[in-house]
Amino acid sequence: MLYRLTLTEILRMIKERKTNAKEVFFSLKKRIEEVEKYVNAYITVFDEEPEEKGLLNGVPIAIKDNICMKDKRTTCASRILENFIPPYDATVVERLKKSGASFIGKTNMDEFAMGSSCETSHFGPTKNPWNTNYIPGGSSGGSAAAVASGEAICALGSDTGGSIRQPAALCGVVGMKPTYGRVSRYGLVAFASSLDQIGPITRTVEDTALLLNIICGKDERDSTSADIPVPDFRKALNRDIRDVKIGVYEKGLEDCSKAVKENFKKAEDVFAGLGAELIPVDLPHLEYAVADYYIIAPAEASSNLARYDGVRYGFQQWRDDLMEMYRETRSSGFGNEVKRRILLGTYVLSSGYYDAYYLKAQKVRTLIKEDFDKAFDRVKAIILPTSPAEAFRLGERINDPLKMYLSDIFTIPANLAGLPAISVPMGLSEDCLPVGLQIVGRAFCEDEIISIAHAFERETCFYKKIPVFKEQI
Amino acid sequence: MGCTFQGCGMISKDEIKKVASLSRILLKEEIEEFTEQLDTILDYMNKLNELNTEDIDPVFHIVEFGNVFRNDEVKASLALDEALKNAPQKEGAFFKVPRIIK
Repeated sequence: MLYRLTLTEILRMIKERKTNAKEVFFSLKKRIEEVEKYVNAYITVFDEEPEEKGLLNGVPIAIKDNICMKDKRTTCASRILENFIPPYDATVVERLKKSGASFIGKTNMDEFAMGSSCETSHFGPTKNPWNTNYIPGGSSGGSAAAVASGEAICALGSDTGGSIRQPAALCGVVGMKPTYGRVSRYGLVAFASSLDQIGPITRTVEDTALLLNIICGKDERDSTSADIPVPDFRKALNRDIRDVKIGVYEKGLEDCSKAVKENFKKAEDVFAGLGAELIPVDLPHLEYAVADYYIIAPAEASSNLARYDGVRYGFQQWRDDLMEMYRETRSSGFGNEVKRRILLGTYVLSSGYYDAYYLKAQKVRTLIKEDFDKAFDRVKAIILPTSPAEAFRLGERINDPLKMYLSDIFTIPANLAGLPAISVPMGLSEDCLPVGLQIVGRAFCEDEIISIAHAFERETCFYKKIPVFKEQI
Repeated sequence: MGCTFQGCGMISKDEIKKVASLSRILLKEEIEEFTEQLDTILDYMNKLNELNTEDIDPVFHIVEFGNVFRNDEVKASLALDEALKNAPQKEGAFFKVPRIIK
């Protein structure tokens, strides 16, 4: 069962000539045939057989459907881009191709990455492989569910307010948002440009390190990408974390579910057992992060999504009057959550409200960043839950946007502060739903959180637990 | 019928209509639901007013690098047929739009 292995294991086997990229590809295709009808992790599945070449030896990777691939439909899970075929590759795709990757498909997501449950997709929701009555998290829910269900070995996602880490946590896999600027956003369909970042979703921390090595680095086509040397992140693996100072955001636990509280306590014990020094840290402005984010992100989105006018690409509802064509195109092309955020963003940027909302939010963002700066004077990294609870049921929050937004409370701060953060599996609830541990690090110190995450993973081996698939009604 | 919604008073149906018009979005029956939802969300955002931010600088770039310059060189760009490939309506070398000069 090749589809169950990690990327590192597969690469080792290919090197030892025990398997090849084609066998891996067909193992995944067979698995997709078996379980995709329950999971709906993909929007498009590819048929091109891989060629063995380069570092990745043709091993197939899944790509979130908001990352452009030349000549492959890229929909953003929206009707408005349903038939969009990009004429170019995103920089991350180009880098993967240069490293010898092949591709298995484009994964499902919340429309334009706006959502925390994968339910706002124009192509129907993705389901959690651990229990298909539950959401997989979002917005990179398809990528996380594909990796968890064995429909992909590893995947790329994008993270604006937790969209890699939260679904990774709820599906029991590893997900990392690198520092803002670490990875080029060229070819990533823009949602909120000051927050968006591409990152890997994998089964193990080692696989995450391997993919980061490939996708990170300066790109002149994204002027916000950082001209900072990229270390070999695999050198951060297998490090001793004895005496490493790790901050614990204890206040965050108060409103968490029983499963998150209990497993987080166990995680603290694991770190204590490894000899790390746990230090409580206060991040007094974290409670303002959700309100802050849902001003800034929709404001940027309302501006970014103005480009969908039905003229140059995408869905069009032709009318003889231009303004009418814009309105009809956008009203039929966007789903409700996208419309809500465009309205909200337009409102907070509109004349008379700019100072009260947008400018205020950018000031509070400074306060949130300063909270982290102060904490990082004392500690190397901060641990907190990835999500306050395990997955919720499909449909449970879809009509209550504010409740949906509040599930992002622990992931949003790293985006607002531009910091790297990783989610690793930290256990299961009584109902067998995964919960995640989040480790937030200093800017451009991905290696430090990889060391800590890998030490935790070696000790707990939660990645060896995989969902037992059965049809659930 | 009429609006039965008794909200927090942050935003009215008329304001939503105005914002929708600015966003080039046409709202139909969903306007009642949207008004109620956005009202609740904006009320939640009032939480930020608990903080005094008078002397705080706003974030404009979360990771500061200074300006990014490049040489003013012509580089290869999309070929015409590629640029037009996704256009719903085109004519010759152009995107086709409704007549705007009457």
